[in-house]
Amino acid sequence: MLPTPSTSHVSFDNVYEPAEDSFLLLDTLSSPAETAFLHSRFHPPEPPSPLVLEVGTGSGVVLAFVAANASTIFGRSDVVALGTDINGFACRASTTTLQTAVTDPGTSKPGHFLDVVNADLASPIRSGSVDVLIFNPPYVPTPDLPDLVAHENYNTLSPGAKSTSFEQDSHLLALSYAGGADGMEITNKLLAQLPDILHPERGVAFILLCAQNKPNEVKEHIMSWGKSWAVETVGSSGKKAGWEKLQILRIWRIGP
Amino acid sequence: MKLLTLNFLTCARKACKSTTLAFPLRPKDAELEIVEADLEPLFIRNILPRVEWEALRTLCQDLGLPQLPPAAPEPAALFAPNPSDPSIPSDKLVRPGKEGEGEGEGEGEGEEGAPTQTLKDLHHVLLETTIREGKLVCGNCGHAYAVKEGIANFLLPSHLV
Repeated sequence: MLPTPSTSHVSFDNVYEPAEDSFLLLDTLSSPAETAFLHSRFHPPEPPSPLVLEVGTGSGVVLAFVAANASTIFGRSDVVALGTDINGFACRASTTTLQTAVTDPGTSKPGHFLDVVNADLASPIRSGSVDVLIFNPPYVPTPDLPDLVAHENYNTLSPGAKSTSFEQDSHLLALSYAGGADGMEITNKLLAQLPDILHPERGVAFILLCAQNKPNEVKEHIMSWGKSWAVETVGSSGKKAGWEKLQILRIWRIGP
Repeated sequence: MKLLTLNFLTCARKACKSTTLAFPLRPKDAELEIVEADLEPLFIRNILPRVEWEALRTLCQDLGLPQLPPAAPEPAALFAPNPSDPSIPSDKLVRPGKEGEGEGEGEGEGEEGAPTQTLKDLHHVLLETTIREGKLVCGNCGHAYAVKEGIANFLLPSHLV
C-alpha cells in the first residue's frame, strides 16, 4: 500500500477532513486496473509531461498522494500537479500538504507540484490542457447551495481577527459538501466544463459520486456526449443490498 | 506561484476564455521570490513541448527577467554531448529501471549528457521564479486577479460571473 500524505497541519474547522470518499479515490487511483490504464495512456516518452488537475483539493490529500506516487501511478515522474479550491484556507492548507509530500525524503521519484489556486471549479484553466482531472465534489443533496455573494467576506480572516468565526467555518465547510438538488448541482457545472478543459485526445476525469446522485443517470448523460467519450465505474465502496454508497466514474476521451 | 503554472491558466470569465488576449495573464506590480528547487533535467525536457513559448517570453518581458530567445530551444540544446563515451548509441545504454516498475524507466534515464546552461535557465524561469504578491491582468477584459502570499485568487465578483 502506498503511503497517505500527512495532513496533520490542516485546520479541519474550515477545511474538509479526509474521509471515506477521499480514501476511495486514493485506493481507486492506485488500484492495479487504474494504474494499468494510466500507464498505457501516458506511456513515455510520448506524450509530454501529463498535467493532473484536482478540482477542490480541500486538505490536499488526494492530489498530494497522486503527485508523491506519480512513478507508481503513471509509470513516470514528470507529472505536474495543479489544484483549485474555492476556499482560500483550503488552498493554503493543500499547498503545504503537496509541498511536504513531494519533498519527503522517503518519497521515491515524486511528480512535480505547481500550485493550488483559489478558484471556482476549473474556471481559470486553459482549454484542452488537462490530461487527468480529479474531483471529489460536494455531493450531499441539500435544499440550497452556500451563498456565493457572501463568499468573499468568508474567504479571508476578518481584519484584526486571529481565527475564523463559527459562521465562516460553517460556510466554508458547506462548500465542501453541499450539492443542492440530487447533490448534483456543482458536479453538473464541472461536467459542463469537461469537454473544454480536458485534452482533446488524452483527457480523462475521475469523479466521485454517491448513490443519491443517481450515478446511472449521470453515466447516461455522459454517453449522450457522443462516440468520442466513454464512462465506466472504476471504484466503489459501502456496498449495501446491491447499491454502492460511493462510486468513482472514469470519464475519458477515446480516439477516432 | 510558479511561472510554469501560468502556462495552464487563463481569465476565469467565460467570455474571455475563447479569446487569444486572455492568455497569458499579464503580471502587474509583481513581487518575485526565488524558491530553489532541485534540478531535474528530464522533467524540463519533457515539459518543454507543453510550454507556450511566446507566452513565456511575454511573461519574462513583463517581469523584467532576462529575455528568452525567439524560439524554444531544441531538445538537443538541453544536454551537452556525453563526454564519457559518445560512440555508444543512446539505445545501447543500460537504463536504470526500478524493480517491479517495468515501464518506469521510459523517461530516458541515462541517455543524456550534462544539462546545459539553457536547461538550467529554463528550470530557473519555470520552477524557481515565483510571484509572491501582485496582480494578474486579463488582456481581454482588464480584470486584475490578486496574488497574495503566492496564491492567486480567480474568484470573480458576482456581477462578472
